[in-house]
Amino acid sequence: MHNLTIAQLAKGLQSKDFSSVELTQHFLARIAELNPAYNAVITVTAEQALKAAAAADKRLAAGNAPALCGIPILHKDIFCTNGVRTSCGSKMLDNFIPPYSATVVENFEQAGAVVLGKTNMDEFAMGSSNETSFYGPVKNPWATDCVPGGSSGGSAAAVAARLAPGATATDTGGSIRQPAALCGITGLKPTYGRVSRWGMIAFASSLDQGGPMARTAEDCALLLNCMASYDDKDSTCIDRDVPDYSADLNNSIKGLKIGVPKEYFSDGLHAGTEDAVRSALAELEAQGAELVEISLPNSALSVPAYYVIAPAEASANLSRFDGVKYGYRCEDPKDLNDLYTRTRAEGFGEEVQRRILIGTYCLSAGYYDAYYGKAQQVRRLIQQDFEKAFAQVDVIMGPTCPSPAFKFGSKGDDPVAMYLEDIYTIATNLAGLPGMSVPCGMVESKPVGLQIIGNYFDEARMLNVAHQYQQATDWHDQMPASIQQGAES
Amino acid sequence: MSIERHEIEKLATLSRIAINENTITEVSQRLGSVLELVDQLQAVDTSGVAAMPHPLQATQRLREDEVTEINQREAFQAIAPDTEDGLFLVPKVIE
Repeated sequence: MHNLTIAQLAKGLQSKDFSSVELTQHFLARIAELNPAYNAVITVTAEQALKAAAAADKRLAAGNAPALCGIPILHKDIFCTNGVRTSCGSKMLDNFIPPYSATVVENFEQAGAVVLGKTNMDEFAMGSSNETSFYGPVKNPWATDCVPGGSSGGSAAAVAARLAPGATATDTGGSIRQPAALCGITGLKPTYGRVSRWGMIAFASSLDQGGPMARTAEDCALLLNCMASYDDKDSTCIDRDVPDYSADLNNSIKGLKIGVPKEYFSDGLHAGTEDAVRSALAELEAQGAELVEISLPNSALSVPAYYVIAPAEASANLSRFDGVKYGYRCEDPKDLNDLYTRTRAEGFGEEVQRRILIGTYCLSAGYYDAYYGKAQQVRRLIQQDFEKAFAQVDVIMGPTCPSPAFKFGSKGDDPVAMYLEDIYTIATNLAGLPGMSVPCGMVESKPVGLQIIGNYFDEARMLNVAHQYQQATDWHDQMPASIQQGAES
Repeated sequence: MSIERHEIEKLATLSRIAINENTITEVSQRLGSVLELVDQLQAVDTSGVAAMPHPLQATQRLREDEVTEINQREAFQAIAPDTEDGLFLVPKVIE
């Protein structure tokens, strides 16, 4: 059952080939058996899952159940789940049990989806390798000595290892697309404002966006149909109708104009990754798409602009963790200041502390204009690059990341080496554009991701292109060798 | 680019994060490396470019001033480190 896609599982449930309880038991058993090797899931909610599955079976029996009714999924541990620990990968929230659920979580609940548990992630979503998690790193199912990417590495590895057919994730600078690429799955970061951020623990509020991860574009469309909604409780949510993202999947891509930015094929790109991406572009060309060379001249500025804006917003957002109302509190504080400073020094890991310090520096008196103001202007320049490009082309494509999954610890002590991992993904967050990653090849037995960037609210077209690509290729069907042993479907 | 010790101490105070004395050099080096990266922005000519606070030029919505939330004090206090009589407790602030 675990080799079926969400679309296939939904058909199986509707036609009573199996029940949601059977499906849920199957995936819970897989998590129990295989997760210790990957550390992708950090909380399993077996009891609630089986209860939800039984309820879903009733809805299915009654007929007219929604598409995701009875489908098991996992939530990234950044989404608040009422009554279930939501740690955000941090010691700070290791004991935090939210008294409410995120809007995204509620949407899935209403659709009758079954939540198997919560996935591991970089602490407060700050990282590209999952090495910053308080719960230890997630291992890449394709090569367990390599990182799964981050910050949504737990969700990506879980989907790749068939511990769940789909999962939620979030993306601030590449945290859906980069782990999707490194784990050989499909992931989509929607337009900023498409998915409610309410109850999604904030990192950088002007960049954060939730989105789906699954094995196929068709499944991502089904998940996005449920995730996307207008929400009064998120003041940056855009009030706009949610289309049926599954409706355009089978459209022909004849005549589609694909922009290929020359800056995304520069020196730092792994030769094998480049070959895989170029082959994918050739495949789309063979299907009738037209490749147009474009330029995004300010691309190189996206990483520096991001490392002002994201830490600045994070330093403000994370000031709420003070040991007073919830979360970690240090032992025996001698006064209020000691309570704050030791709680935060002990509760936050090194990378999170570093970003708070950088953000504080950039926002402090005398530096605000030179850093934050300047970065917001550069952000405009980056957006204008995309605007010009989209006047010429329908979608933009290139690699998701510069190279395949790297070994644990290989980025060394320099934080900047890790930051450059997101060199091709950050610009879309700065511009607020949607982006996705689709498996398009293998290098050194590890997956490569093709990035598809769309215009604002053009997710349906991106999913259409990705689906057409997946109809003609089977990279998304590949299975890591480590999960093949004893894998009974 | 490196950051002076007194600057790190000031950042630590502003951020309310206690920094261990023997890690200051390391913290300073790593912050310096990040600041070197972001300093690339200084070379860019941005005269006349408007800052971009929101990708879609959205503004904050206003709503009627009505109570929309229910009182959940007990649920919120149940997850607090220390409470008494409906209040959140912290170490004594005023002698």
